[in-house]
Amino acid sequence: MFRNQYDTDVTTWSPAGRLFQVEYAMEAVKQGSAAIGLRSKTHVVLGCVNKANSELSSHQKKIFKVDDHIGVAIAGLTADGRVLSRYMRNECINYSFTYESPLPVGRLVVQLADKAQVCTQRSWKRPYGVGLLVAGLDESGAHLYYNCPSGNYFEYQAFAIGSRSQAAKTYLERRFENFMDSSREDLIKDALMAIRETLQGETLKSSICTVAVVGVGEPFHILDQGTVQQMIDAFDIAGEREAPAPEPDEAEEQGAAEEQGVVAEPGDGADQGGATDEGVAPMDI
Amino acid sequence: MDSKMQQHGLLGSESDSQRTLYPYVTGTSVVALKYKDGILMAADMGGSYGSTLRYKTVERMKAIGKHSLLGASGEISDFQEILRYLDELILYDNMWDDGNSLGPKEVHNYLTRVMYNRRNKFNPLWNSLVLGGVKNGQKYLGMVSMIGVNFEDNHVATGFGNHLARPILRDEWHENLSFEDGVKLLEKCMRVLLYRDRSAVNKLQIAKITEEGVTISPPYSLKTFWGFSAFHNPTVGAEGSW
Repeated sequence: MFRNQYDTDVTTWSPAGRLFQVEYAMEAVKQGSAAIGLRSKTHVVLGCVNKANSELSSHQKKIFKVDDHIGVAIAGLTADGRVLSRYMRNECINYSFTYESPLPVGRLVVQLADKAQVCTQRSWKRPYGVGLLVAGLDESGAHLYYNCPSGNYFEYQAFAIGSRSQAAKTYLERRFENFMDSSREDLIKDALMAIRETLQGETLKSSICTVAVVGVGEPFHILDQGTVQQMIDAFDIAGEREAPAPEPDEAEEQGAAEEQGVVAEPGDGADQGGATDEGVAPMDI
Repeated sequence: MDSKMQQHGLLGSESDSQRTLYPYVTGTSVVALKYKDGILMAADMGGSYGSTLRYKTVERMKAIGKHSLLGASGEISDFQEILRYLDELILYDNMWDDGNSLGPKEVHNYLTRVMYNRRNKFNPLWNSLVLGGVKNGQKYLGMVSMIGVNFEDNHVATGFGNHLARPILRDEWHENLSFEDGVKLLEKCMRVLLYRDRSAVNKLQIAKITEEGVTISPPYSLKTFWGFSAFHNPTVGAEGSW
């Protein structure tokens, strides 16, 4: 995408009928570290890669609990994401107070999308630079939605956003048909595998990822580090490519995996400005 | 001088006389109970103007959306206002067109919020509301008063019904009443109210709500018995008096 004379204002159309500022906002989403989501009939799992600015700092929070039955994972400008999470929490709490009933995810997502749309049609505003994966439960089951800065939203069986998300998407595309009937454990395992795909060779450990679950009878919560590491070990997916069946009691395998010369360069690698080859116009998402 | 200043402090200026101070046209008790398939509710069709039984065809029960039934006692014009609020609520709910819909619990809580907020502004909607419904097999029956007091129960009543009907219901209500037994029980309560509540009229409707929907019966009257011996010769024992 190159600079052109139609990209200064969000309220200026290009001759080809594009709003470049909105598309640039969607680029910002691609620069953020990866976030993935997948769902079955009864559960939704969100996962994200924890990227810290430097070894000295902690990583930014990318998964937010919005209500007992809704959670969101963000990619892009984390500050924008935080503000939108606050909005979502507010909406949920107000609905609960008035109706003593949880706000249906579908409605929250539409409200969020309308809010994002406003920013694409005001000259004194800018689009939100964050993509949101909204996971939630309502009367009609488990749902996963993706809200983008353009004000569009889509429902997904599984999706990934952020840098190197294409690798995760490829993995998910191969498996998604089975997700509807997956058990909770298998769903989490698939989430971890998808996260591992975005790491491009780096060893998967619980310190570099965050996983959250919401399901029927299970309020939204972020899994603690210990549980996640246990699952990584149990499913034996630390460093190997697509382990076929889970072999729970191979604690030694972990050691072997690290030996097998996985060319891992912790941290920096290709994190700087993901020049991803996703050249298609972002509106086509 | 003093009283004027006091009023000014607490209740706002006297010139905006737009607060409800007392009701004008009122409906009397509503009685409702849960039965096997849903909720049964009864209310007579009287609208009293003070002590005059002025209007005799006032429908005090209305269907709300797909899943709820609302009955009201108290100021009739405030009930109509509430119906307008709910109409708008249900309209917006339907406009989402997304497979989700407001059930009786949600409507009940919404009404509680409305009633309580009005009470806080010293401008109440002068009603006692009964909200019943069924959604996804779950039966729901609740009440909201004009000051925002709300609760759920297996049987509720408003006004005089609280004093005359609920004791009967406490004794004779049980789970999984059949439709016929439910109606008989309600009619028993309504008959007592007819005899003893001076603002009751002998023209009532019974409404039922089940998973399938709402049915409100056409108006009918209860049979009453006045043939007590004491009524035959009312002036006996009063001879000689003028």
